[in-house]
Formats: sequence, C-alpha cells, structure tokens
Amino acid sequence: MKLTPVITEHWDDPELYTLDGYKSHGGYEALAKALTSDPDSIIATVKDSGLRGRGGAGFPTGLKWSFVPQNDGKPHYLVVNADESEPGACKDIPIMMANPHALLEGVIISSFAIRANHAFIYIRGEVPAAIRKVAFAVKQAREAGLIGKNIQGSGFDLEVTVHAGAGAYICGEETALLDSLEGYRGQPRLKPPFPAVAGLYASPTVINNVETIANIPYIIDRGVDWFRQFGTEKSPGFKVFAVSGHVQRPGIYEAPLGITMRELLDFAGGMRPGAELKFWLPGGSSVPMLTADHLDLPLTYEAMVEAGSMLGTGTPMIFDQTVSVVKAVTRWLEFYKHESCGKCTPCREGTYWITGVLEKFEHGNGTTGEMETLTTLCGQIAGRSFCALGDAAATPYPAAIKYFSDEFTAATHTSADEQFDPVASYVFSGVRA
Amino acid sequence: MITESTRIKMRELAGRYPNPRSALLPMLHLVQAEQDEVTTEGIAACAQELEITQAEVTAVATFYTMYKHSPVGKHHIGVCINTLCGLLGGDAVYDRVAERLGATHNGPSADGNFWLERIECQAACTHAPVMTVDWEFMDDVTPQSAVDVIDKLAAGEEVWSTRGPMIRDFQATEHTLAMAEDDLATIGNCVDEKMLAGLKIAKSGAQQ
Amino acid sequence: MTIVNHNEKIDTVNVVIDGIEMEVPKGTLVIRAAEQIGIEIPRFCDHPLLTPVAACRACLIEIDGVPKPQPACAQVLSEGMNVRTQRSSEMARIAQEGVMEFLLVNHPLDCPVCDKGGECPLQNQAMTVGRPDSRFEGEKRTFPKPINVNAEILLDRERCVSCARCTRFAEEIAGDASLELLERGAQQQVGTANDEPFDSYFSGNVVQICPVGALTSASYRFRSRPFDLVSVPTTCEHCASGCSLRTDYRRGTVTRRLAWDDPEVNEDWSCDKGRFAFAYLANGRIESPLIRENGELRSASWPEAMHFAAAGLAAAGTSAVLVGGRATVEDAYAYSKFARIVLGTDNLDFRARASSTEEAEFLAAHVAGRKLDVTYTDIETASQVLLIGFEPEDESPILFLRLRKGVKRGVSVHTVGPLYSLGSEKLSAHWVKAKAGSEAHAISGLDSEIVGALDSNSIIFVGERAAASPGALSAVSRLGSQTGARIAWVPRRAGERGALDAGAIAGLLPGGRPISDPTARSEVAQAWNIDADSLPNVGLTGTELVTAIKQGSTSALVIAGVDPSDLPNGDELIAGIENADFVVALENHHSEITQRASVVFPVAVVTEKSGSFMNWEGRSKPFSAAFREALTLTDAGVLSMLASAMNVQLNGDTRALRKELNSLVPWSGPRTDVNNHEVHAPAGTTLATWRLLIDSGVMQEGEPHLAATARPSVVAVSAAMFEQLGKPEVITVTGPKGSITLPTQVAEVSNESVWLPMNSPESHIYAQLGCGYGQAVTVKGGAA
Repeated sequence: MKLTPVITEHWDDPELYTLDGYKSHGGYEALAKALTSDPDSIIATVKDSGLRGRGGAGFPTGLKWSFVPQNDGKPHYLVVNADESEPGACKDIPIMMANPHALLEGVIISSFAIRANHAFIYIRGEVPAAIRKVAFAVKQAREAGLIGKNIQGSGFDLEVTVHAGAGAYICGEETALLDSLEGYRGQPRLKPPFPAVAGLYASPTVINNVETIANIPYIIDRGVDWFRQFGTEKSPGFKVFAVSGHVQRPGIYEAPLGITMRELLDFAGGMRPGAELKFWLPGGSSVPMLTADHLDLPLTYEAMVEAGSMLGTGTPMIFDQTVSVVKAVTRWLEFYKHESCGKCTPCREGTYWITGVLEKFEHGNGTTGEMETLTTLCGQIAGRSFCALGDAAATPYPAAIKYFSDEFTAATHTSADEQFDPVASYVFSGVRA
Repeated sequence: MITESTRIKMRELAGRYPNPRSALLPMLHLVQAEQDEVTTEGIAACAQELEITQAEVTAVATFYTMYKHSPVGKHHIGVCINTLCGLLGGDAVYDRVAERLGATHNGPSADGNFWLERIECQAACTHAPVMTVDWEFMDDVTPQSAVDVIDKLAAGEEVWSTRGPMIRDFQATEHTLAMAEDDLATIGNCVDEKMLAGLKIAKSGAQQ
Repeated sequence: MTIVNHNEKIDTVNVVIDGIEMEVPKGTLVIRAAEQIGIEIPRFCDHPLLTPVAACRACLIEIDGVPKPQPACAQVLSEGMNVRTQRSSEMARIAQEGVMEFLLVNHPLDCPVCDKGGECPLQNQAMTVGRPDSRFEGEKRTFPKPINVNAEILLDRERCVSCARCTRFAEEIAGDASLELLERGAQQQVGTANDEPFDSYFSGNVVQICPVGALTSASYRFRSRPFDLVSVPTTCEHCASGCSLRTDYRRGTVTRRLAWDDPEVNEDWSCDKGRFAFAYLANGRIESPLIRENGELRSASWPEAMHFAAAGLAAAGTSAVLVGGRATVEDAYAYSKFARIVLGTDNLDFRARASSTEEAEFLAAHVAGRKLDVTYTDIETASQVLLIGFEPEDESPILFLRLRKGVKRGVSVHTVGPLYSLGSEKLSAHWVKAKAGSEAHAISGLDSEIVGALDSNSIIFVGERAAASPGALSAVSRLGSQTGARIAWVPRRAGERGALDAGAIAGLLPGGRPISDPTARSEVAQAWNIDADSLPNVGLTGTELVTAIKQGSTSALVIAGVDPSDLPNGDELIAGIENADFVVALENHHSEITQRASVVFPVAVVTEKSGSFMNWEGRSKPFSAAFREALTLTDAGVLSMLASAMNVQLNGDTRALRKELNSLVPWSGPRTDVNNHEVHAPAGTTLATWRLLIDSGVMQEGEPHLAATARPSVVAVSAAMFEQLGKPEVITVTGPKGSITLPTQVAEVSNESVWLPMNSPESHIYAQLGCGYGQAVTVKGGAA
C-alpha cells in the first residue's frame, strides 16, 4: 500500500501555517463550499464518509454530530480536544504545528454544520509551540473575516477561543475536558446526559479530536467517494500514523487505514541496525501490545480489535529485543497512577497498588503470587472504573503477561535492568543509522 | 502583589468565555507568569476576580501539575521519562541533568535558577528522547547535548528550541499559555525531517 | 426523597430486582428502589439528598443485557429492567468485593482510635461485602493528622475515601464552597485554602454524613464509643425551625447531638448551633429552690419555697407573667392558664425581645391558631418569596436551606432590608434596599413588578425584627391581602410560636381566641372548667407591660426564661423587678432576674422533660425526656404545685395539658385587623442589627470550639459611607448609652445604616448602645 499524504501533503512548505500559505494550496475552498450548503447536508456528508473519531475511541463522527438537537434554542458548542497526552501519541501536536489551518477550516465547517457559534480549541498546556501556531492561524483567519460575524456573507457567526490546559492527561477524556474548560478540576462527568445534549455549560456540545476535524475540509472539498476510496468499509479514510521507537526513521507517515504495520515499518526504514522487533502497540499505551506475529494485520479499527488490541490513536510504538517488558509496563503504570484524577476508587487505589507491585518486579523482588494478584486487580479495575483511564491502566499488564510472562517470572529474582541492560535501548548509543 | 495590569488581563481573559469561570486555568498561568509560581495572593486574586472561594481556586491550582507552588526559577527543565522516551535514553538524560543541576524531581536546582521535572509524554515520541526548556521542545537530546543546553542557559547564551523559537524563560512561556498567544508564531522552524519522513517518501516516487 | 402524593397519578415502571417484581415511579434510581424492598446495596458517595456522582463504585450491580456492572446510585430504572445485586449476581458481588478491597488499600487501620468505629459504614460494609483479608502489602500513603478545616471540624485525610459527600454538601446544600477536594489521584484530599477555614453554619453535617472517620468534631473527638451511648429522638430547642435531632448520652451526660431525619422539616440536616450548643444543659444549673431572706438568696425546700411563693403572690396586687421565648407548648399553656385562673390577670407576654403592639395585633390577626398554612415543602414550589425583617441564614438556618433548595428549582427571592448579607447572596436574592427602620415605607413602595409577581403561591416571610420597624407589619398585612400572598411569621426562639398558640400573651386565649370575644371566652372557660366571667379582660403586653412593671403598677411577677439584656428596655425591667413587691422566677440557670427574685424555682431543661415545640409552620414537634429519671420539674409542674398552694387546681401533667390544648381547636371566628400604624421615616443614620447564629447567647456557653467558628464582630458599612468616614480601619457607633468600636467591613449596606451584630463578643447592642434596630445612631471613623 502507498503512503497518501493529505493532511501532511504540504508540510514541506514552510509557509503552510500562514493563511496565504494554506490558501495557496486550495485552503478554505471547502469552507466556501460548505457555507453555501445546508448544515444538515454537511452532517449527512460526514456521516456518509464513515469518518471515525481519531482520538482513540473511533466513534463515527457524523453520528456524533447528529445527536445534537437542532432548533432547541440553546447555544451549541464545538470543542476540539487537542489535549494529546496519550503516551506514544504524537500526531495532533505536529498537525497543529505544521498545518493549523486545516484544523481551523475544519472547526469553522464543523461549527457551521452543528450550528455552533462559539468553538473552543483546548490545547494541552505543555506545548506552547502548538498553541502559538493555532493562535496565529485564528488571528489571521479573523483578520480575513473567516472567523467572526457573518463569515463571507453567509450570515454565520463564529467565535473561536484557543485555551491552554495545565497538565492533566485525564483532560483528554471528553467530559473531564469540559469540566476543565469550565474552570474546574478535570474529572469526568456522569453520562447520561451526553455532551451532545448537555455538554459545555450544560449546552449541546460536540467534542472532536484534532485529526478528526482536520479531515473535514478534505472530505467536504473532495467528497465522500474520494474519502472512501481509502481504508476499509468499516474504517474508511487515511491516518496520520506517527511511528516511533526502535525504528530507523521515526516520524510521521500518512497512509490509508488498512496498511499493515510491516508496511509502515518498511517505510520507516525497518528496525534499527541489529534490532529485532519484540513488541509493538498500534496506538498509545492504552491499547494492548502485540508481537511480531501481528505485523501483517491491517491497521484498522476492526482488525485490531479482532487481534485483541485496538487501533487507538494510530501512533505505533515499536520496541526491540533490548527492552524489558516489565520495565516498560511499570513505567506506563507509573504514568496512569500519576494521571489518575482520583475520582473513582478502582483507578485511584488500583493504580497506586498495581504500580507499587510492578516496581517490586522491576527491582527483581516480585513473587509469582503477585503475578496472579496483578491479573485479578486489573480485572477489578477494567469495566469498573468511572472512565476509560481506569480501563487503560488495566490494559498493559494483562497484555504483557499474555506474551511475556517469562519475563515477569524472571523478575521474581532478577531486576529488569539486570535482565536487559538499559543502555542497549538508548537510541543515542551510536546504534542509529 | 498581583499587579493591576495582571488583573486587567485576568478580566480580559474572563471576557473571552460565555462563563467567566472558564478563565480560571489561564488566570493561574497568568499568576505564574507574574510571580514565577502560583502564590497564595495569586489564588486570592483569582478568587476575587471570579467571585468564588479561595478553596475553589486552590482545588484547581493543586489538580494540574503545571502549577507550581514554590518559585520555579528562571527556567523550567522537563525530561520525558514515560516509557518510550525514558527507555530510549530519557532516563540517562534525566540522571545527567539532575546531577548537573543538583536537583531532584519537581524541585529547584541547587542555585534556584532552574526547576527540574520528570515529565510525562510530550507528544513528540518520534523525537525521543525529549527534553523541554520552558516547555519548548528540545528534541532528540542526549545526556551531553542536554547538559550543553543547560550550560548555555546558565551562561545567559541564546538557545533555540529544536521546533520553535528561541528560549525566553519560564514566566514568558506562562504568559504565552495564559493569553493563548504570543508574537513568536513566525519565529523558528516547527517542521523537521521526522515530521516530513512519510511525505518525503511519497513525493520521491520511491514507493511502488 | 420527595413525598409522593398518592392522589395524583404517577408514571411508573415495572422492574425486577433480585427476582422481586416491583412497580416504582419513573425516574427512581436502582439504589433507592432496592432500599424499598430491604435490599441494601453498598455505597459511600451516594446520599439521597445529594446529586449522584457514582464515584466510589461500591454500588455496582448487574443489569441483564449490559456486559459491565453499573452503579446503582446513578442508574435510573426503565421499564422491564432486570437488576441483580450482590445477592444474586456473581459479577456484582465480585465487583463490590473488589472495590471494597481497593477502598481499604490506603485506608489506615485507625479503628481503635477512630470516632467512627462502631457506627462506621466502611467497617459495616467491609464486613458484609468485603474480603476477609487484604492482599495489599505495600505502604499506605499518609498525611500529617489531624488538621482543622474549621475550629470545630477536624480532618484525618488518610481516612478519607474521596466520596466527596462533604464537599458536595458544602457546595450544593449549604452554598459554602470553602471545603474542596485538592490534589489528584491517591493524593486527593479534602481541604480548605490558606487562611480560609470552612466557614459554614452547617459544617457539622459533614461529620455526620462522612461514611468514615475522616471528619470528626473537636467537641466529641475521642469522647465516646457509639455502643456506650443511648440515643433519643429530640426536637431542637434553639430556634423556630423545629428540627428533629437525635440526642446521644452516656451516664447522664449528653455527649453529642445529631441531625435526625424529618423529610418535612429539616430533611437530614441541622445547623451547628443546634448540633453543638448543649453544654448549657448541664453547666451552672440551679440545684434547689431559693428564697430571699434578709436580702440574700438561700436554699429552701420545695414546700417552704411553695408556701413562701403562694403567700407572696396572694398578697400582691396586680401581677404579670413573663413567659420568655423558650417554653415548650405545654409549659407556655400552663403559664397562660396560671395567669388567668390563679392570678386573675391578662398581663402576660412571651416576647422577651423588641416587640410592639402592632406586632401583637399582627400575630392575633395572621398567625395565632393557624397551623401549616405555609410549610417547608411550599417553599420549594413557591412562585416568589419575599423576606422582610428576616435573615434566614442566621435566624432560621433550616428554613434557609429549604429556600436554597427552592432557588435551585427556580424560586425567586426578594429581601427587604438594610444589608445584603452572605445569606442573601447564597439565595441569589434580589435586594430591595431599605434603611433600617424604613421597612414600612419600602414595603408600601415596592416595585409594581415585584408586587405584580406576588400571588397565592407566593410566600412573605416576616421575622420578629419587623416589630422594630413601626408600620412594617401592617404594611405586610396589607400586601398580603392585596396580592393573596401567604404570610409566614418566623420568630427566633423555639418557644414563641407555641406560646402564641397557647395564648401566653395579653389579649389572646389559646388557639388565637381574642380574650374580648364572648364565644371565645366561653369555649376556653369550658375547657378550663371555670366561669367565663372569671376570665380577666385584656391586659398589657410588650413595652407597655414593662413600663407598668417599672412604674410599680404591677407589683407581682412570675417570670421565666427572660434575659433582660435581650430587651431594648431591659434596664426598665430590672428596675421594675427591684422595686416589685414579689417576684417568682422559674429558671434553670442564674440570671439577672434570679439575682433579684424573691423566690427561685429550678425547672427542667429539654433533656429532662417531655413536651413539644411548635415551629414557625405551626407544626408541633413532640419530644420525650432523654433523662427520664431526672427529678427536675417542668414549668407546668412547678406552676401546678404553686397553684395548689394557692388553693387552685391546675393540672401539671404534660400529656394532659397537650390533650387539653389540642381540644381547643384553632379559632375560626372573627379576628381583629391590624391597625394602620404610623410610619416613621427615621432621620439620620440608623442602626441595623440582628443576632448572628453563633454569638454570645447564653445557651451557647461552654462550647469554645463552636464559639471559635462565629463570624467576626464588625461594623458593616457601604462603600460610600466608608469613603465618607475616611476609609477607617475601625468604626465607632454611638447610641444613647454609649459606644461600640469594631473593625470595619465594607459590604452591601444601605448608605443610611450601619450594621453590627446584636449580641456578639464586643458587640452587645442594648447594653452598650442603649438603642435598637432602626433607631438613630452616630457613626465616626476611628476609635471612640
């Protein structure tokens, strides 16, 4: 399968992030088209395209938009989830840094479709580089009348507010994001009511991922048929794959959904010299790990689920034989423990407990009894926590144990660092091409 | 003292939202921009402006990890130690930098000019290991290159972000976050080889 | 829980829980439905009166067709739903067991030293749904402990299970969001901000609803184990809200009081005064009858004291009875009978505070004998609420909470007065600014929009303070008849409403019967088994009565529960008592009255007697004695003995008195209207004042932790006046008698009034200033 740069197509133009630069490549033509259409027809188009949310959940975007009650007399809001904090995920930040107008044009079109007159772009606070680029795009767009009152004479008003977070992975959960955007602690909310009915300020709200929205101008401009030529029936379109880890050329590779990891690996130059792929994750740390046995499966939402994993953010992490699975898993659990919001018992106490035990294994002091206990504890969290962060925290260990239980057994007497010399995993040890 | 000009900015921020309370997170960044940390007077000022209790502000100020409660110093240094970065060398980078600064996690350097933090995934995994200086990217660091950056900063020399503008200082970044903008968008290069990796192949005609 | 009106048709759904078929109203939560059939699903964060959050995950149950367990506290039942709790579902049982194991991971094994042990939902539920042992072998996270969230409430953070009941109560119910969750993850903890304690009149409720021992009270900490305590349902004696309480005692001493469940009155809540102020019950009690001999009081036996008192009263000429505002209904009724039958006088009053003839007329016309005309439940659905001379947060806290509940549902509140208080803010009230004393003017001049919005579904709450503004009560009366809005009068003290209905005021016989009405007289005479002609004619009340006492035209007094410093003319009363021929005092603690009385009889406090209090609704809340073996007598018992010594038979039995009073059904005959009283517009700056909930009140003595939570004594002025006075740090207010100097607080106050607390540390209005609400004072910046 070939790479298909769409969102990334003009990233080699250093002016792409400017309004003129973006427009020189056909930018905002989709908006012009959209503004003369009926908003409901845009929703229908997005529905027909089969576009699925690119934030990890893969929920059909058009369907989400259609849940917003229209003519209800309430203000509607579009909120862009630009909180990209999932370990391994690095696609939204680059999109915002390189092609912020794709996001912005998508925001305007999407807001028009759902009848929102105020859109918010919630960007994680740790990345000013992205914030300033998006803010600049908003500024130039406003100056050009693409944001504001009566956009291009269409009668549609839109205000766009860029908003920086302050360091909380949980704010990537859509309802926690809303609470954070409202000025509260970022803890998830009970659903129902769903955000489409009662979201930001208790008003109908659509929350979408950056990449999802960035797809919109291209879909509107080029059409459903064009979009559906890529990918599969259930996973149409293309994906900004960010490949990282022990590969020769870590980087961004935009390709149709359905491409295999082996193909992507090939594009990324294969493993680094002397390295053998040990395990990989199709998305971020919240998806179960896979092994070399799974390299030829199509990277689609449905195929990954069938393989016992998930596509998630579609940002594969590749680890070679120098890596201790025990250490990798422990570090991820330390992340979940750090990021647990504290609202619900299983995640708050469970991540605390599990991390403590895994740290013992990391130091070679685990016990076989504890291996059992860890599995049970993960089962006590998954499906029982308030939100998906708990589910995510309960994912790495069971997946690791499936394929690498020997390493954990070894960790009952030998530390991870003794089993696998950390220095061998470093990419700056001169082991790079 | 929270200055009047900061308060004016706080009110401007509040005016950007249908509900003023939404400005609380940016306001706390603004407090850090002025005071180098979230001070109790900063909390009191936010509470006053938004007509909420100090406890409600403190609840927010202690939830998010970017808000610090003692002076950060001139520069905030972050080293990503999440699994991918950490194992790919971030752990070694952190150890070297900690040693160089005489600092421990989430604390000041020995001379108080730097703040060191083990940070979580910076969404730059393709550029692992990743360090940040005042939250600007310093991609693909090694222990040596990281220490070199610190030395330069300590000597007051100009340092550039690998994907961004020149480094200013912690408080300047906090101001950018608070106002959600600055005038550096056109400065520095944000798109590098790794971000163009796939595009390069696609355009080279190398793929069949 | 809402009360279901069974006369209305409700939509229901048919469901099955653990195999039991049920029909429940639409919208019912699984956890509530299960309770109705005796199935208790474990829970921590759930509370029937708080918005569900489904945070603790202890209540996970299985729903047919749903793969993952669901929280019962947030799951609304739908038609045909088949629910299985831990009783019939392995999935639910294991899920709950897992959550319980997690809850105990960081929870310390403090049970041996934790107040909650023995009545702890965590202990109980760990026993019923938890594992017999924990597999956790790590180190628990700890915090320095305990810390104060306010002077009364202590927090042991490591015990906290993050259920957020306390923070949700503080924000949702009380409106005091100064208790919050701080930090994140396993470090998440309840806390306050620097220098900002959990300032709430309702802070004690968090101790009661905390499902573990994280929140405890300083006054109870380490004092007792629940299994040592005997619990008795009681009614609060502090204000006219009428809260149900549970009094716990051990070996004859009350150790603590909790809010008790009364869905129609206080729901599950109490205020801090009701909860914590009870040391007075035991401290400083008068132990025996006392007789004044050669100018000195000495102990005497009951027979000696009775004879002495009977002789003294019989020898005296005209007499008067001052009942005070704290008597039970039955005791007040006994005073009412004693005055008319034994003393042959209608000179009596229960109002030991600023009062007026206008008020007496108002009470006779609108309040006496009317029961449950306006109820707490009515507040929740009122169209409009108008507050006049009434500060609910300080004067009837539970009514305040109900108003908040109503406001959340859309009830609009207007408050007329000189100060827009914190309480008003928490009610999102609209302020009709009125200089203190000018309320009559303000009411007559109310905006047509406000008046237009008043209808029969509106409520006008008027407090006892309205009596201090001439014309206000008659204006309220007119407004009520003009708009059809219902009037509810709210006194501060627990005994006033009952005393009114018992006829313990000149001009009124029980049930609101005018003493001048022949039919009324004959009804009462019949019930009292006397000749109607022997009933006296209208006597004196209020200021007139005190004046008469001072002048000596009343030479004998029977006086109970009155503190002269509560009266604007307290000095006159004291002078009158000193000059009177004979004074009989019935009291439980020494006072300025007992120091001057001829004879003193000790009477029971509320824990030592049965009785009832009638709250502002006109609802009778009976209570039984906590200490049944107590040998102290009720006021009625003492009066009965005294009557007997004067050869008159008066029943002193509480139950008999209650029965007899109830037999006199409320008066439905003609009532006199309120006369139009002259409306004074007071000149110059006037004094605005009322009693803060926590203040220097006698019944709050002996509770240092509670006292430390009191709001500070300040002089509150408007921003404009603050400027005018030169932005002083302290302000001196001067009245006829003297001055008070206090720190300044700039607040939402009328420009023509200053506000000070009536009876707080450094601020005793009558004693220090010598004038009252609505009267002229001079104000200057700086010290005296």
